[in-house]
Amino acid sequence: MSDYNMQILICGGTGCKASESEEIRNVFNDLLGEYLLEDEVQVVTTGCFGFCEKGPIIKVLPDNTFYVHVTPADVDEIIREHLVKGRQVERLLYRDPHSHEVIHDSKGMDFYKKQIRIALRNCGFIDPENIEEYIARDGYLALGRCLSEMTPEGVIDEIKKSGLRGRGGAGFPTGLKWEITSRSVADQKYVVCNADEGDPGAFMDRSILEGDPHSVIEAMTICGYCIGADKGLVYIRAEYPLAIQRLKVALDQARAYGLLGRNILGSTFGFDIELRYGAGAFVCGEETALIHSMEGSRGEPTVKPPFPAESGYLGKPTNVNNVETFANIPVIINKGAAWFSAIGTEKSKGTKVFALAGKINNVGLIEVPMGTTLREVVFDIGGGIKGGKKFKSVQTGGPSGGMLTTASLDTPIDYENLQAAGTMMGSGGMIVMDEDDCMVAIAKYYLEFTLEESCGKCTPCRIGNKRLFEILEKITAGNGKEEDIDKLRMLSHVIKDASLCGLGQSSPNPVLSTLAHFEDEYLAHIKQGRCPAGKCKALLKYVVVEDKCTGCTLCFRTCPVGAITGERRAPHFIDQALCIKCGICFEKCKFDAIELA
Amino acid sequence: MEKITSLADLKRIKEQVQSKIKLREQSASAEKLVQIRVGMATCGIASGAKETMSFLIEETEHQAIDAVITQTGCMGYCYAEPTVEVTLPGRQPVIFGHVNRERAREIIDRYIIKGELIDGMIPVNFKTIDE
Ligand SMILES: Cc1cc2nc3c(=O)[nH]c(=O)nc-3n(C[C@H](O)[C@H](O)[C@H](O)COP(=O)(O)O)c2cc1C
Ligand code: SF4
Repeated sequence: MSDYNMQILICGGTGCKASESEEIRNVFNDLLGEYLLEDEVQVVTTGCFGFCEKGPIIKVLPDNTFYVHVTPADVDEIIREHLVKGRQVERLLYRDPHSHEVIHDSKGMDFYKKQIRIALRNCGFIDPENIEEYIARDGYLALGRCLSEMTPEGVIDEIKKSGLRGRGGAGFPTGLKWEITSRSVADQKYVVCNADEGDPGAFMDRSILEGDPHSVIEAMTICGYCIGADKGLVYIRAEYPLAIQRLKVALDQARAYGLLGRNILGSTFGFDIELRYGAGAFVCGEETALIHSMEGSRGEPTVKPPFPAESGYLGKPTNVNNVETFANIPVIINKGAAWFSAIGTEKSKGTKVFALAGKINNVGLIEVPMGTTLREVVFDIGGGIKGGKKFKSVQTGGPSGGMLTTASLDTPIDYENLQAAGTMMGSGGMIVMDEDDCMVAIAKYYLEFTLEESCGKCTPCRIGNKRLFEILEKITAGNGKEEDIDKLRMLSHVIKDASLCGLGQSSPNPVLSTLAHFEDEYLAHIKQGRCPAGKCKALLKYVVVEDKCTGCTLCFRTCPVGAITGERRAPHFIDQALCIKCGICFEKCKFDAIELA
Repeated sequence: MEKITSLADLKRIKEQVQSKIKLREQSASAEKLVQIRVGMATCGIASGAKETMSFLIEETEHQAIDAVITQTGCMGYCYAEPTVEVTLPGRQPVIFGHVNRERAREIIDRYIIKGELIDGMIPVNFKTIDE
């Protein structure tokens, strides 16, 4: 084994790197040589610790000492005191922000971990195609307890007490939904898992199904026991082939082990699950549309009531829950409602999984307690903005949501706070934008998506959104008028008020939200014909700076449409009528002689 | 497979599975037994996790390293796919990111064989439900 007695881990995450972690490493290497310790102490650069705000961060092994805000000047002291004499450098230790106590021991070393994995507890730990690995980590134990030690009412009560709310978007209390469905009287009921996951950029549910399919199967079975259903259906988009395959394998194994089928675990309760494939229409994630799609009809929403809990699949009482909602259930039963409800904020309990994407360093899947701030998500866990650019906003709630800006950075994330900030929790897509993103273009992007996905049943949604889109197109093309802003607002409110389903009712949100926070950007497009982020092509103008142009003819030769003319060794000229704003000349010019006007 | 027919039965199976894992960890060859998990969700596979996994299998076999190599789901570090977790006997699991063939070779030669740490390990940045 290795000859090193100690190891120094230096965070090489982008945030820490920006603040000298590389320099720190170099100083370590030099000084360790001087102290003749290079054969005993190994210096390693690691990935991000998720605590960038306190960077640069250093961890010393084997004693797990965690130093924050380290500078190259501190290295000598760390070596002399800690490595040589075995005494921690007190002033560099992390101080608990509340108690102001210094954290010495390796047991208290979790303070920098901002995530808790409940729904993702098994993702990345078990082989999803091996049921025994799931069982080894308390899999199906919750189901066993429910069937042999608890009544359906008792289970529902526990879920209600836990405070779990739906993770599919609306945040309806899960226990209450189960109770309502359990009270509906019918000869047949159904449990449906909504695995449609249509938000662009979201992949939480896919990851859970790919990494831990049994947790969803177990929870659906528990739900069946509670509401009195013996049949479950997973509605999953056909674009998720790996999730489908893992689910199929898991279902077969659960059946083989007697965990699905008749008389589960020796009880009188029987349950089985089938898969239904969706074609990937966003509106089919809406529960009534989803049910119609499963019935073989067009995936169009219908008026609620009746709610699925009264009349759902084939007219029978149906309980629809999201994948992540289900994934929380076994843990609530095993660890108890009190344990679960201790996590989170007053009205939003537990955790939320987010798919962190966009202009952020650590793109990935995260699970944070409700009440975590946006700043912690973006700057600690997410490692900050790519390329050291400026943070502009975060889009949550997908095409139904809105923007959170710097003003919301310190707002604890939960259902109520997001709503108050003019967006919504949604299913968990979180797209981070920087100074180079044009907010008008973003609103247009989401509307384009909604336009494609509207089922067309309601006029305001079908035609209203089209008109909204056209106005945005006009503005981004530089042909906007000031009164367009009022038109956008008015039309948005009409669409929200007069659409049948959540898609139409929320489709103008990206427009309203960008208008609320970034009206100045709209106005810059309209009044000055300028796109502040430099994104809207039609408003860009590439021009030659005559003083700098050497007449090398490189731009002339690379322009794909022949928009550039000029003699060798004389300033060139760009014909704006021909220019397609591809920016190749701008990139290629060696003399910075082409400017964005 | 015999069906599990009661809660007690389920608990027994759980213990059996757990002791099977323990046994593997404590067996005569356990001193050398290396456990490797490759993140094989869509994101991992799209970044080449399958090739990484087959390379790890070939190379550990080739070098006669006693290793159990399994697939697992998404570890959440999508920016660093493919991700691989290595557990050396008696040590905490370590996660490596961006594991292509070259990185996989480095992990085997330096971490698994010599026990040295390697640049680019990913620190675990979340708590589990048991903490
Ligand atoms: C347009 C639209 C799309 C939706 N897409 C999804 C989806 O992809 N996944 C999901 O779980 N819920 C989606 N929902 C919410 C569902 O209608 C429903 O509220 C949810 O599945 C209930 O489960 P929960 O209580 O566990 O969140 C969507 C709603 C609307 C209006
Ligand atoms: S609001 Fe839009 S998507 Fe929803 S039912 Fe009406 S037309 Fe269809």
